Amino acid sequence: MSILVNKHTRVMTQGITGKTGTFHTQTSRAYANGRDCYVAGVNPKKAGESFEGIPIYGSVRDAKEKTDATVSVIYVPPPFAAAAIWEAVEADLDLAICITEGIPVRDMVEVRDRMRKQNRKTLLLGPNCPGVITPEELKIGIMPGHIHKKGRVGVVSRSGTLTYEAVAQLTELGIGQSSAVGIGGDPVNGLKHVDVLKLFNDDRDTDAVIMIGEIGGSDEETAAHWVKQNMKKPVVGFIAGVTAPPGKRMGHAGAIISGGKGTAQEKLAVMEACGIKVTRNPAEMGRLLRSALK
Amino acid sequence: MKIHEYQGKEIFRQYGVATPRGIACFGVDQAVDAAKKLGGKVWVVKAQIHAGGRGKGGGVKVAKSLEEVRAHAKRVLGMQLVTHQTGPKGQKVRRLLVEEGADIRKELYVGMVVDRGTQRVVLMASAEGGMDIEEVAAKTPEKIHKVFVDPAAGLTDGEARGVARKIGIPDSALAQASELLQGLYQCFWDTDASLLEVNPLILAGDGRVVALDSKINFDDNALFRHPEIAAMRDLDEEDPLEIEASKYDLSYISLDGSIGCMVNGAGLAMATMDTIKLFGGSPANFLDVGGGATAEKVTAAFKIMLSNAKVKAILVNIFGGIMKCDTIATGVVAAAREVKLSVPLVVRMKGTNEDLGKKILKDSGLPIISADNMAQAGQKVVAAIKKKKAKPKPKPKAKKAKKKKRAVKRKRK
Repeated sequence: MSILVNKHTRVMTQGITGKTGTFHTQTSRAYANGRDCYVAGVNPKKAGESFEGIPIYGSVRDAKEKTDATVSVIYVPPPFAAAAIWEAVEADLDLAICITEGIPVRDMVEVRDRMRKQNRKTLLLGPNCPGVITPEELKIGIMPGHIHKKGRVGVVSRSGTLTYEAVAQLTELGIGQSSAVGIGGDPVNGLKHVDVLKLFNDDRDTDAVIMIGEIGGSDEETAAHWVKQNMKKPVVGFIAGVTAPPGKRMGHAGAIISGGKGTAQEKLAVMEACGIKVTRNPAEMGRLLRSALK
Repeated sequence: MKIHEYQGKEIFRQYGVATPRGIACFGVDQAVDAAKKLGGKVWVVKAQIHAGGRGKGGGVKVAKSLEEVRAHAKRVLGMQLVTHQTGPKGQKVRRLLVEEGADIRKELYVGMVVDRGTQRVVLMASAEGGMDIEEVAAKTPEKIHKVFVDPAAGLTDGEARGVARKIGIPDSALAQASELLQGLYQCFWDTDASLLEVNPLILAGDGRVVALDSKINFDDNALFRHPEIAAMRDLDEEDPLEIEASKYDLSYISLDGSIGCMVNGAGLAMATMDTIKLFGGSPANFLDVGGGATAEKVTAAFKIMLSNAKVKAILVNIFGGIMKCDTIATGVVAAAREVKLSVPLVVRMKGTNEDLGKKILKDSGLPIISADNMAQAGQKVVAAIKKKKAKPKPKPKAKKAKKKKRAVKRKRK
């Protein structure tokens, strides 16, 4: 049907009573099956209260036991967000989606290290990401729901608005999406391009994938090599930041070229060499995908 | 956030990392006094700017007398120091570090960053320290030894000794060197650094290992828990436009081109810059207005873009998701009026309330060029600049003047 989430998913919101958490829980709940899917909120100080009919629990574990929620979306402020992620991981949720932007890198290094060493089952999406949407079923995150259309193309991206751009181009061409996933722009994060591509590869309702990358790091290269060896479906791509000068931080902490590595040119070259069709014109992402479907 | 070398060394000392004795100075007399206070026969006068490559740029001088200290301080202080990291304009030197001279037997290198792949701090060290380390890394990467540090354990004795051995530290200095490396790692970890470099780390004549330089960058997102480090910020070293932008929570970076751009989202902003380039133009800046842009923020963004004299046209590219297009349009119109916009403005808006936004732009009566997609926006903004350039052919001034007169006459009527 889709990857990561669908209309049967049950979601809790960590940080439901903050300004961001409140707003996005409202809009996400109003989208498709949201009313059935959002079943719990977490705030240790407001346990026992409720938010527009959604019961608030004191801990993730408590919320999970009482409601059977298996996914959490996190809007907790940066200084406390890593601890919120860890709470979701310790409660053995299937998936934690961290929207929060501005978490100290060291906090993420520690959480990721503990997750690996304890071999935890929880998948982490983000932080600093728009979330994930399975169109016309469930939206978890801050993306505008109305630009999406149900269909058979997967979208995975490090950037928020650039994901929306790709989705809107597809929808305009009449091409729907199976799921659209924002993995986030931070240097230390959870699911990477390659992890999401694996999920799309195994999803029988996804026919092709748009992969959108950015300068910095080598995630796109890793994903491209994996695609060459394993991917059964066409993948097209775009990399933002051809014009970005080295050493400058472009908004995303991840978007920085260092030591001549991680340039857009280098990434595009590797992707092409691995059989991924790429465009240098971001307005062409949708049409490029359409050409790959034929 | 970046700090100066002398500030970095002050932090190093708190972690037991050996450094030369030195005094930070803001004037020539102060530099000479500092040299006197330090004593000895050889001093080094070092320009303190945030960019690297200071030695090659002429910002690091060895003095063998107090007169030489004075002469070097006089020359370096106030100079526009140009290095490969400053850009062609260079950076004005406002602070000096006067240090005791060091007896260098061997120049080594050590650096640390967070490695995205392993999600650990990676310590990199090389026996080939000195000014050409970037070349060493590019041409002979096998000469850079790496340790990916387990965050729970920290840099262990064994790891520190191992890497010290690999970069040619003699047995007699091994204990001190590995303690120094562990100190540097602890410094990186405790201070939430994003980059730490010592180049060169030296093996001194007396057999000790000493940090002759220091470079530390910090994770801006973690500064809230390090007020003492935040206090070291030197605004003189930062782009005034970038500082102004940060007041409004705008992410702005100056570039060298002629097309100002205002976009929401870092990825889309970079993609917009790429589109401009694709159609033969060049971006004057990176500007991400973020998710919650208000009319006030948009006005501030316009002012900042336009205070760059190189800007000959502006491209606004907004994907209104949470943010509504009509809000942005209202902001753009208000800003264009307030700054009396005189360069061509191309606006591409997409998403929530798109039609309403376009109507607001149209009804404003301002000469705003509308575009339906990113490619068209890129083409139109590049074309607008070319048109402008092509315009002033024969006697442009006279023509303009005549038009003005006519306009005045009409008004009088």
